[in-house]
Amino acid sequence: MAWEALDRRTAVIEKDAPAVLNEAVREKIRSFFPRYETKRAALLPALHVVQDALGHVDWQAMREIAEVLELKPAEVFDTISFYTHFWTHDKGKKVITLCRSLSCQLMGADAVKAAIEKQLGIGEHETAADGQYSFVTEECLAACDHAPCLLMNEKLHRRVKADDIAKMLADPNNDRLDLPRSDLFDAPKPPASTSESNPNPEP
Amino acid sequence: MPRFEPVLSKNFRTEGIRSLDVYRKNGGYRAAEKALKTMSPEQVIETVTAANLRGRGGAGFPAGMKWSFLPKDRKITNLCVNADESEPGTFNNRVLMENDPHQMLEGALIAGYATRTTTAYIYMRVEFHEQFHILQKALDEAYAAGYFGNNILGTGFSMNCYVHRGAGAYVCGEETGLIESLEGKRGWPRIKPPFPAVEGVFRRPTVVNNVETLACCVHIIERGADWFKSIGTPGSAGPKLYTISGPVKRPGWYEAPLGLSCRDLIFGDDFAQGMLDGKGVKGCIPGGLSVGVLTEKELDCKLDFDEVRKFGLLGLGTAGAIVIPADADIRQVLMNCARFYAHESCGQCTQCREGTGWMYKIAARIALGAGRIEDLDLLSELSQNMGMMPGLSICGLPDGAVYPIRTIVQKFRGEFEERIRAQEPGRAAEVLQRLNRSAYSLPIFGQSRLAGAV
Repeated sequence: MAWEALDRRTAVIEKDAPAVLNEAVREKIRSFFPRYETKRAALLPALHVVQDALGHVDWQAMREIAEVLELKPAEVFDTISFYTHFWTHDKGKKVITLCRSLSCQLMGADAVKAAIEKQLGIGEHETAADGQYSFVTEECLAACDHAPCLLMNEKLHRRVKADDIAKMLADPNNDRLDLPRSDLFDAPKPPASTSESNPNPEP
Repeated sequence: MPRFEPVLSKNFRTEGIRSLDVYRKNGGYRAAEKALKTMSPEQVIETVTAANLRGRGGAGFPAGMKWSFLPKDRKITNLCVNADESEPGTFNNRVLMENDPHQMLEGALIAGYATRTTTAYIYMRVEFHEQFHILQKALDEAYAAGYFGNNILGTGFSMNCYVHRGAGAYVCGEETGLIESLEGKRGWPRIKPPFPAVEGVFRRPTVVNNVETLACCVHIIERGADWFKSIGTPGSAGPKLYTISGPVKRPGWYEAPLGLSCRDLIFGDDFAQGMLDGKGVKGCIPGGLSVGVLTEKELDCKLDFDEVRKFGLLGLGTAGAIVIPADADIRQVLMNCARFYAHESCGQCTQCREGTGWMYKIAARIALGAGRIEDLDLLSELSQNMGMMPGLSICGLPDGAVYPIRTIVQKFRGEFEERIRAQEPGRAAEVLQRLNRSAYSLPIFGQSRLAGAV
């Protein structure tokens, strides 16, 4: 909400913090450069890469991303503060994202929310003491036919019932996604042409 | 009426359709080959224009016309595929991408050829994890088979295609918001003109199309503009993937010609087959949250691009229906709608940033049992003073925000008044104090004023 900042802790900025991005992560970020005309456009992919590697994007990571992308750290923070997906402080191993939009609410998302909060002993936008789970609510996950639904990291749980929450949270494989993954995600192909010339001229 | 033969969803139930081989066996990439090998880009644009394909992303702008706005002397063109589907109640893009990813890629290839695109970006919302893996896998296969990259199918046409993942912002579904986000900035919509066709991603001419629009292109090229126009109504041609959710017997996606009535969608035997547990229908939001609400009496409204406006709705939107059951508390529905826009307003234009916030605060107050009759007038007045239609905002988000609020308040006013009159006396004062202790304990907001409000 524009007028209400949720889930932001005041950050402690260490001036001479040790580097957090290793060369592999930096290389992965650089591999996105050929896709775009500007380096800044690789910022969202870079933030995804860093969040996947470190769990969250802290101030030092932002500074180092800025270094790789040749930006100012403030520009990285400007972008990151707009998007709800990125965490600037540490989160649990698994993030439960519950849909709170109309279809899910009509189908009983409120009861599911209460069950999760009771089971984990935490509220919205909090992380359980053992660091296993963080719980957030989000607007529509575009799975309204399976309402109420929630995301457990990458895995979408459909038609969740409040009574099944305890069982679901106890299952260690509740975030497993059995889908073939692309190898090219990390290594995009170089573009057809980097020059100004038009490869598809007017016939 | 003869049974409608599915077009977009014809392969959804085919085993293994996510793999390129199976897709090709079912006639896949034939349309792309036809376009690239036998047609000029202009001919493709002409065909799509002749078919009167209106964009499926919500606004209903003709796709062919959008393509023809590109400047003639451009060097580089970018195509953005809008897969940032975040409208509550809408999931047809998700269904298209997870059930038949190659259909969308083929559509992107055809649209890319028509606009002589050099790079296509598929902007996909980050919550689509499964769909991302499915689509990226399909894209890799299509690359390997030479449908993307250099010299596609030996025709000399080159185009790259990348999947770009968003990060959870509704406003990035707006075309210039999407462009800004793609450039690595905040997803703040740009002031138009210049329109994206002239200056879009990286200041290059850019076309932004919805996933479903591109999927339709495949079939227009394959079967011709006249065939496409024969489906649906005169103003709104073609098939549409309707989606329905809420407490109905069979929520999900249903393909039908444009012009399906809302009542058929809820009660039809081929569609959702009525309500769960014999519940009544209080109303239906027929096209994604932003279009507004239809009452039970108005359910015969035909869902196409024009007819819905007669019922005070914004437009067809995305044709993702949410059915509100008779036992739902309309105050909770209002609060849920208002919360969505208050959360997703990007904060750039004042009346949207503040207006959505105030609408949420007022709606929350009503939902907590502290409403006043004049709050309803206040909401109506607010809804007249936001958005592009009164000329106050950069993008259409506030227009989408006021339609549900305005129509819910107007069409269910009787129920609101009844609920407000039934509130416990004194409750309003108590709730308001709890919500904002510091403000309401000021002497000017004394108990007498609040007590009088109830």
